[in-house]
Amino acid sequence: MASVRPYGHFTHAVVRGIPESFGRKAEGGETDGECETDLAKAQRQFGVLTGALRQKVGLQLIEIPPDPNLPESWRIEDVAVIQGDTALITRPWKQQRRSEAEALRRVLSELNLTVVEMGGEEGGSGGATLEGSDVLFTGKEFFVGISSHTNHRGAEVLADTFRDFAVSTVPVCGGARLKNVCSMGGPNTIVIGNSEGAKKTLRTMEQLTDHHYEVLTVPEDMAANCIYVRGASKMDFLLHRPTEECPNSAPAFQKLTDYTLLPTACSEAFKLGGVLSSFCLLINRKLQI
Amino acid sequence: MTTEAASETEVKKEPEKSEEQPAAAEPDAAAQTAEPAAGDGKKEPEQPKPAGNNPAGDNPGSDQPAPDGAAPPAPGEAPQNPEAPPPTSEKKKEKEQPAGKGISRFLPPWLKRQKSQSQEPPKEAPKEGSEPPAKDGEPEQGPEGKEPTPEPQPEAKEPPPEQEEKHSIGSADTQPVKEEKAEDEEVKETEEKKAEEVKKEEEQTAKPEGKPAKSPLKLTKKMKMVVCQVAMLDGTQFSCEVEKRAKGQYLFFKVCEHLNLLEKDYFGLSFKDNADQKCWLDPTKEIKRQIRSSPWQFAFNVKFYPPDPSQLTEDITRYLLCLQLRQDIASGRLPCSFVTHALLGSFSLQAELGDHDPDEHRLDYISDFQFAPSQTKELEEKVVELHKTHRGLTPAQADAQFLENAKKLSMYGVDLHHAKDSEGVDIMLGVCANGLLIYKDRLRINRFAWPKILKISYKRSNFYIKIRPGETEQFESTVGFKLPNHRAAKKVWKVCVEHHTFFRLVTPEQPQKAKFLTLGSKFRYSGRTQAQTRQASSLIDRPAPYFERTSSKRVSRSLDGAPVVSVTDSALKPDASAPALSSPVAEENGREPGLELPSDSKSKLRVKGENIYVRHSNLMLEDLDKTQEDVLKHQASISELKRSFMESTPDPRPSQWEKRLTASPATSLRLQAQGSLEEEITSILLSKASFSSGLAGPFATSTQAAEGAVAVVSAPRSAEVLHSETNKTPPRTEAALPDGKAEDKSADVKQKPEPGELAEVEIEETVVIEEIRKAPKAKPATPEIAAVPEVAVISAAAEKEKKEEKRRSREASTSSESHSESEEEAEYHPQVASVSVEQIKEEPEEEEKEEEEELSKETPPPAVSPAAEAPPDVTVVGKGAAVVVKEEVEEEESAENTAVPADEGQNGHPEAPPEEEEEEPRVNGDASHEAERIPQVICCSEPPVVKTEMVTISDTFAAQKTEISTKEVPIVHTETKTITYEAAQLDGSGDGEPGVLMTAQTITSESLCTTTTTHITKTLKGGLSETRIEKRIVITGDSDIDHDQALAQAIKEAKEQHPDMSVTRVVVHKETELAEEGED
Repeated sequence: MASVRPYGHFTHAVVRGIPESFGRKAEGGETDGECETDLAKAQRQFGVLTGALRQKVGLQLIEIPPDPNLPESWRIEDVAVIQGDTALITRPWKQQRRSEAEALRRVLSELNLTVVEMGGEEGGSGGATLEGSDVLFTGKEFFVGISSHTNHRGAEVLADTFRDFAVSTVPVCGGARLKNVCSMGGPNTIVIGNSEGAKKTLRTMEQLTDHHYEVLTVPEDMAANCIYVRGASKMDFLLHRPTEECPNSAPAFQKLTDYTLLPTACSEAFKLGGVLSSFCLLINRKLQI
Repeated sequence: MTTEAASETEVKKEPEKSEEQPAAAEPDAAAQTAEPAAGDGKKEPEQPKPAGNNPAGDNPGSDQPAPDGAAPPAPGEAPQNPEAPPPTSEKKKEKEQPAGKGISRFLPPWLKRQKSQSQEPPKEAPKEGSEPPAKDGEPEQGPEGKEPTPEPQPEAKEPPPEQEEKHSIGSADTQPVKEEKAEDEEVKETEEKKAEEVKKEEEQTAKPEGKPAKSPLKLTKKMKMVVCQVAMLDGTQFSCEVEKRAKGQYLFFKVCEHLNLLEKDYFGLSFKDNADQKCWLDPTKEIKRQIRSSPWQFAFNVKFYPPDPSQLTEDITRYLLCLQLRQDIASGRLPCSFVTHALLGSFSLQAELGDHDPDEHRLDYISDFQFAPSQTKELEEKVVELHKTHRGLTPAQADAQFLENAKKLSMYGVDLHHAKDSEGVDIMLGVCANGLLIYKDRLRINRFAWPKILKISYKRSNFYIKIRPGETEQFESTVGFKLPNHRAAKKVWKVCVEHHTFFRLVTPEQPQKAKFLTLGSKFRYSGRTQAQTRQASSLIDRPAPYFERTSSKRVSRSLDGAPVVSVTDSALKPDASAPALSSPVAEENGREPGLELPSDSKSKLRVKGENIYVRHSNLMLEDLDKTQEDVLKHQASISELKRSFMESTPDPRPSQWEKRLTASPATSLRLQAQGSLEEEITSILLSKASFSSGLAGPFATSTQAAEGAVAVVSAPRSAEVLHSETNKTPPRTEAALPDGKAEDKSADVKQKPEPGELAEVEIEETVVIEEIRKAPKAKPATPEIAAVPEVAVISAAAEKEKKEEKRRSREASTSSESHSESEEEAEYHPQVASVSVEQIKEEPEEEEKEEEEELSKETPPPAVSPAAEAPPDVTVVGKGAAVVVKEEVEEEESAENTAVPADEGQNGHPEAPPEEEEEEPRVNGDASHEAERIPQVICCSEPPVVKTEMVTISDTFAAQKTEISTKEVPIVHTETKTITYEAAQLDGSGDGEPGVLMTAQTITSESLCTTTTTHITKTLKGGLSETRIEKRIVITGDSDIDHDQALAQAIKEAKEQHPDMSVTRVVVHKETELAEEGED
């Protein structure tokens, strides 16, 4: 429990670049049928994001080079859940994504993190699937969204890995991911969308938690995904979607006084279901690599 | 003083012995306090002898009629003494034993208890004695009490005058004197201080006493003793011998005493049932009934994990919590991550081994420790690595850090139970401080915070929770879970009830009011809530007890350098442990009187030292607190009865009565809490008693009204009773009365046993109103006296009830007043358990005697009432359902002895005065009384089958003494309950001086279901004439009879008939057939 401290104290961020295959299905290389994505714009937005984390927030950024064979590898959040000194390598729902973790393992090992694999039973009938975007760690407990990509078995593995914490399962509606509708907006603050699904999820969380959280409700679900980091100088940084993308939610963020708000665009990734937090794994390591 | 020297001397001896024994016991038990205790003990022994002489002189008059009675007490005491105090008591024992043994044999458990009680009384006496003036006054109070009472009541100081009288009167005084001398030397500054010291002494004594009472090894002969093995958290085994019928509480207190643990409310004893399931030992129920056929093996565990251990007051408590958590972690019950295992392990090392020493502490130095269910080399390395970083942390700091990290674990304090949901899916129910958690595998899938839960219930193997409707919901919903079996469902339910009460409520839920026809378990958590225990803990001001940390390796393992030491309090332990247990009781008792008592207790506990234990008592009291609540409830119902009584009679002392009453109700409430028909019955009895008491105080007349049903004891019994009373009376009137009552009760009990065969429930209520100087004594001495009385009471209670717990509670009640009383009552419930209060039999003999209202012309009545108020101590002896109400009204008691003569005239009364005189000595006197009683009991061989529990509630110290005197006759089939409400001042009746019997007449009248026997005795004593009217009202009938009403009516009538008299004693004896429960 030594690792237990208020949420937001991070020292490192692990990201992975946007591959040229961005927006294409991993296997086929075809363009996603639903929408056209602008690779260059996506890469620009990625650059802005990483720049903000490194220069504004002051995190040490570890960037894993993109792999064209892994079109979704930029969603690095999905492949690991890191809390304290322990990193759980997840087992994404998509079979083809399970190789994305290879490069990450090396990085995590270099960071002296204890790496736990939940893919050990791969090939078995365990059927545990878990993606990091369905896991909300509040600093005090875990909420795991049971979604189309994450099942109970996966949540159990997570609970078994992080035994110090309560792990509660919450429903996620509409095929989304848990963190598509919520995220941490502060050490004790949950940012939540205003959709019915989001409300239902929030109610469940409130039902299951032993703790009390402040709740910041934003009109648009997409705005509910932010990146909060408490900087070295005890500055509160919040990366959120810009006004252009979430016009109705901007006022809500203004309620966060004394915050350094960093509007960060994420429109291209969002077309693929990605959100701000999808781009990075936040780590708190005092030790040097 | 005046009369039978022989008998009195015997009595005195007994008291002395008892006193010595207690003292000895204290020293032995608590080496720490050795100085004070020893001093007291020494003094006491010496004093007793002189006291004995004096009392003898006093008592003789009263005792003469019942010299035998005096002798009997001695025997009783002797046995008691042996139990409690090993060394010093032996001699005394030898002396006393002859008579006592014979008697004691007849009276197995109860007698033993009595013995213990007697010991307690002596202690009390010494305490009182410590206050030279007060002591004298107290003893004298009995006789003088009437006059002085008013003053004494207000303050302990008042007793002094009485004390003087007492000195003259009897042995009791002498004893006190000795003690006083010692104490005086030590603490002379103020009488009050002395009083406090006395209290402390009392507490100390009480502790020892309590232990003895509970532990009564002597009882083994008669009582079946069982050796309990308790697995302690440090891996050691604690062996403890307990009565086979002891309640869980007794064993638990013994263990806590052994640990020197004050913040005990977080802990509990567990055992494995037949199905190898861990169960909590219910402190309020007999151990034997809980473990059934399982071995007497228990484990001391944390029951309620404090959410914030940093709020615990003492390091020793945190240490024990650490040990529990280490156990939980090593066993995997408390899952945690590798990092946390390492961190917690490193704090454990720091706490047990100190700073990491690279020379001594090589890697293998921790291989014997178990930090995790499966320990790896990697983990050990990590532990060592972290251990190095803790340099400088003291063991206490390391423990605190350990807890700060452990408490954050999600499964900290979660009690898991296997279950299935409505769809048959395997889940786990987790009961914790915040509510009920539902887990599926390791995942939390639902959570019901206590505020959301409206109702918890179980039916068969199903467990249900009714959920408060949410914001968007309109209706309550009920969630059901399927447990493996009925037993498991009930277990979860109980755990939920306990956790909810402990963590969620400020005070325990008031027990359900007695409802005759209530289905389902009435189980309620009866301990203190977290809020209460925190409050109590905040009062702990003892120096941090020394204790030794045992290595995690456990005894079996060999540590490098660390000696494997079981956790012991070290030097403190002996003293602390012994005193602690007893002291808590005493403290509790004392608490009611005021905070003062606590302080006293503290001093007693440890070398004059001071303090710590007082808080203990407070803690204990907190448990009792529930009873208080209960009391409040009761009060409401009782208040009505009181009103009716009070209306007719102008009581100057209503307040006292009320207090008493409240106390008694509390006890009843507790009983109710236990939840059973028995409980209900008890409550009823209590209410009756309260009524009677209320009546008694003000009303000289009698008991009749008081008792719903009065069983008239046959003449022989009554005679016996009278004797016993006389014997008893010598020490103090009050005491004497109580004693007498006790005797009566015992007699009743015996009688009842015979009737026991009958399915009928006999309710004997004896209302004895005695006006005694005791009242004054009581008030002044209240703290001290209370404590002493408590002790005595405890012993008596224990004897009576066989249940150690009961004794304790009684003691507590007597000393502490209402609290203790309530406890007593609670204890009673269990006894009452099987009782269906439907038929009320009449126990003519003893009851009649008791019923006899002695109306002596005593001016003191007013004083009495004050006394009564001052001494909230009410000893309630409940046996079966027989209630004997005695009203002894002593009119005009000269300062001291007036009552005595009257008493003398009346068999019982004479005895009473002596007792009163020797309030402090009373302890001794009590013992003697007990002995007397015992013989009496033997004489009255009534229903052998009936088990009787006698609870005597005496207003004052005297009352306490009386309690001591009360003996229970252990007979199984029938349960009888006797509740005696005595006015604080018993002196008048108890004077040792032989009164001249002016007139005596017995009138018997019968109506539908009540038989009233009235004994009117007029005696001349020291120029004062005393008329004592004893009425025995036997109410017989089926359950549909409104006993309360009948009792109230009887008391009312008595008042009306004798408007100029005061009610000094009301004994309600209730006898019910016990269908199922033979406690034995």
